[in-house]
Amino acid sequence: MVDRVRVKLQVNGGEREAEVREHESLLTVLRERLGLWGSKNACDQGECGSCSVLMDGQLVCACLVLAGSAEGRDVRTVEDLADGEHMHPVQRAFVEAGAVQCGFCTPGFIVATAALLRDNPEPTDPEIREALSGNICRCTGYGKILEAVRRSATKGYGA
Amino acid sequence: MTLAPTKPRLRGVVGESAPRVDAPPKVRGEFLYGSDLSREGMLYGATLRSPHAHARIVAVDVSAARGMPGVRAVITSDDLPTREKFGLMRSDQPVLATGVVRYVGEAVAIVAADDPEQARLATRAIQIQYEPLPSVTDVVGALQPDAPTLHDPKDGNVIEDVRVVHGDPDAKADVVVEGEYEVAMQDQAALGPEAGLAIPGQDGGVTLYIATQWLHEDLRQIAPCLGLPEEKVRLVLAGVGGAFGAREDVTLQIHVCLLALATKRAVRMTYGREESFYGHVHRHPARMWYQHGATRNGELVFVRATIVLDGGAYASSTFAVVANAACFGAGPYRVPNALIHAVGAYTNNPPTGAMRGFGAVQSCFAYEAQMDKLAAALGMDPIELRARNALENGDRIVTNQPVEGSAPVAEVINRCAALPLPPPRSSNDPLELPGGTGNLTRGEGVRRGVGFAVGMKNVCYSHEFDDFSTARVRVERDGEGGVVRVHTAASEVGQGIVLVCEQIARTELGVQRVIVETPDTTIGSAGSSSASRQTWMTGGAVLAACREVKVELANRAGQRGLRIDQVDIAQLLDTPVERLVTHRHRPTEKRNDTTQNDGHVAFLFAAHRAVVDVDVDTGLVKVVQIATAQDVGKAINPLAVIGQLEGGIAQGLGLAVMEEVQLKDGAVRNASFTDYLLPTMLDMPPVVCDLIEFPHPDGPYGAKGVGEPPTISSTPAIVAAIRGATGRALERVPVRPDDIVFGASSRSGWHVVPGDDPRQATRTA
Repeated sequence: MVDRVRVKLQVNGGEREAEVREHESLLTVLRERLGLWGSKNACDQGECGSCSVLMDGQLVCACLVLAGSAEGRDVRTVEDLADGEHMHPVQRAFVEAGAVQCGFCTPGFIVATAALLRDNPEPTDPEIREALSGNICRCTGYGKILEAVRRSATKGYGA
Repeated sequence: MTLAPTKPRLRGVVGESAPRVDAPPKVRGEFLYGSDLSREGMLYGATLRSPHAHARIVAVDVSAARGMPGVRAVITSDDLPTREKFGLMRSDQPVLATGVVRYVGEAVAIVAADDPEQARLATRAIQIQYEPLPSVTDVVGALQPDAPTLHDPKDGNVIEDVRVVHGDPDAKADVVVEGEYEVAMQDQAALGPEAGLAIPGQDGGVTLYIATQWLHEDLRQIAPCLGLPEEKVRLVLAGVGGAFGAREDVTLQIHVCLLALATKRAVRMTYGREESFYGHVHRHPARMWYQHGATRNGELVFVRATIVLDGGAYASSTFAVVANAACFGAGPYRVPNALIHAVGAYTNNPPTGAMRGFGAVQSCFAYEAQMDKLAAALGMDPIELRARNALENGDRIVTNQPVEGSAPVAEVINRCAALPLPPPRSSNDPLELPGGTGNLTRGEGVRRGVGFAVGMKNVCYSHEFDDFSTARVRVERDGEGGVVRVHTAASEVGQGIVLVCEQIARTELGVQRVIVETPDTTIGSAGSSSASRQTWMTGGAVLAACREVKVELANRAGQRGLRIDQVDIAQLLDTPVERLVTHRHRPTEKRNDTTQNDGHVAFLFAAHRAVVDVDVDTGLVKVVQIATAQDVGKAINPLAVIGQLEGGIAQGLGLAVMEEVQLKDGAVRNASFTDYLLPTMLDMPPVVCDLIEFPHPDGPYGAKGVGEPPTISSTPAIVAAIRGATGRALERVPVRPDDIVFGASSRSGWHVVPGDDPRQATRTA
């Protein structure tokens, strides 16, 4: 294949390499080349946030990042959040609040919430709604997700 | 034998808001959905689809595609092993278009290749020569004698025709109101795309890992199309990323199996979002003509209605959708006289089928608009009008079936109306106003409105369908003590049937550890995760199996001179106890010509009140609050029930003000989440819930079913609130800004007398 390129990047703290087509996305690299299936493929165009990851600390939709532009960058996915058996506080809050139904949007919400609370440890409800409006959930109607984010915040995560 | 010490309290029994056992892997990103499955050396499937709404296939040339690098199989209609068709309630759809295409997006050819890009490029290299045929995309037009027909010409384009006659259909009333209503096409928009992995077996069969709502129905349709006996086709449930009806029909199941059998390799197919819009059925669009009559003191005298549902190019579940639209066409009210004529028709639009609340959603939008019109004509409070006519236990719906067991219609109305209202708008902060971050208003044109609606639907399958679910419950002892294993084929699609099974088994058997095994076709069918039925049916099957297990455990305890509650069950398990149960609900009657019968097993009711702020200058709507009271029988897991209520309301809100699959000449114009708008956290208001628990004698622990009612009456409540704020008639959903600002209307262009046969429609001037 003439249009293939190699990319080298840091994923969840480790150096990884993959061969990709020029037009393929970071999401394709993560899922299909590196077997990190936690970032989800729901809309293919940055509308639903299911593939949210941190790239050099910035919250991005992995489906909108060309694989080549991730060269040399630091990428953190949902798989990076738990510490072995211990779930990240945001993950625990989503479980306890009943914020998970089918769960397809969940990894994206978890990553986006962790990024929100890192930057704003005590968000108001309007701030939560605004910050997570790039993530679509089709199951829950968002009530329990909002509750999970509030719970994560009151537990002091991000402080 | 020693007496058990005081038993530790069980965590997560019936009635508790236990956390989901599948939530930890889901939040960690470890839960594998259909599109996450892979096998070393697997191939990737892709589909070529029709660009025409109706055309003859004149010539097919696959030679270029077959010669492309990495391409392992190209299959068109000519290569199929059989001529069997598939379809949920009528087998009318070819596996790949054969001689003719009937909608834009119909599958014409499939390809397997070493990587997804090669597969996609190969579909483009397939040469199909079409000769366009006259098409029909107006559903009322499709019923007229001059319309081109899609299938058997002698049926016209009629798929189903249901006429409900109740009392005196010509009854006269003091006050009469009329209206024409439209519900546009809604998409289920499950976030997980259609996906499956097929692995060929040594025996010439195939194993399919698939995200679906009903494994056994898929099997029934797949096997004959592959030319295989059912025992050579094995299905295992993959993780399901939402369903809402869209996974009740076969999409890529047969295709991916054909490619695996042809290449003798594992093949995965995953639709992208655009293809998903073409690949699965949508909610039936509807045109409805209604007339309500009442006495001057507000008692309903008659309802007459004609309902026309667009079935698209293939029938799918149109039969049941038409029956529901008709049976529930007068709503949860006592109506002594009715004539409701519902027809579902083939058109060259994309096929429509199941979506949450099907049939009931469409007619509820119309009859609730009518109830508000009637209240206005009578000078009555709309909630009082509804309460005055609410069905009570023993009253009959328009099909003459009495409502029995529990019918708290007045209760849902009154308790919903009593829920606290939000405070009046106090801020002119644009973030709190319609348009939000668009910063479109300082509040000068913003008006508040409040609307109310009530809806009903059946639970479980109806009309003599042999509705059953199968459960195997096994109790055994391992190193940690007693453990219960529950095996069913019930699809966990997000709704929480895993919780229902687990909590019922734990409660019945008093054992903390319950493992719900992966659903597959090695056990009998559980029926579909649809019709709000899994709690009633599979919950009922698990309950029945547990009770049989308990009889054996009680015997074993008795042999030791003890009662079952005096022992640690693990001590009774020198050998495991296992019971397999097939659970059926009470029989229902076959639908006759006029549906005058006992067709449904039980009914569900809910009421919704919506508060909205509308900017009359821009036509934008902000829903401020939804209040709901719902008749749930018994909440097995209240947190999960509230999750169903809130999630269903979000879909009802979407249909009210955002969601529409826009069609032009049969083609979807907005097949993406950029153009098909779904509610986000900014669109969805707080929900105030009141769960009404009047146990139904036939449901497990009195539980009925909860999934669909939230989607039924939330839409009309929101639209009623917008009418209240604007004074506009708003006779179609979704409500668009133009409808609010300019009073735009979208009449069908057909004149239909409510109750008449839509084949007698005449064009309006």
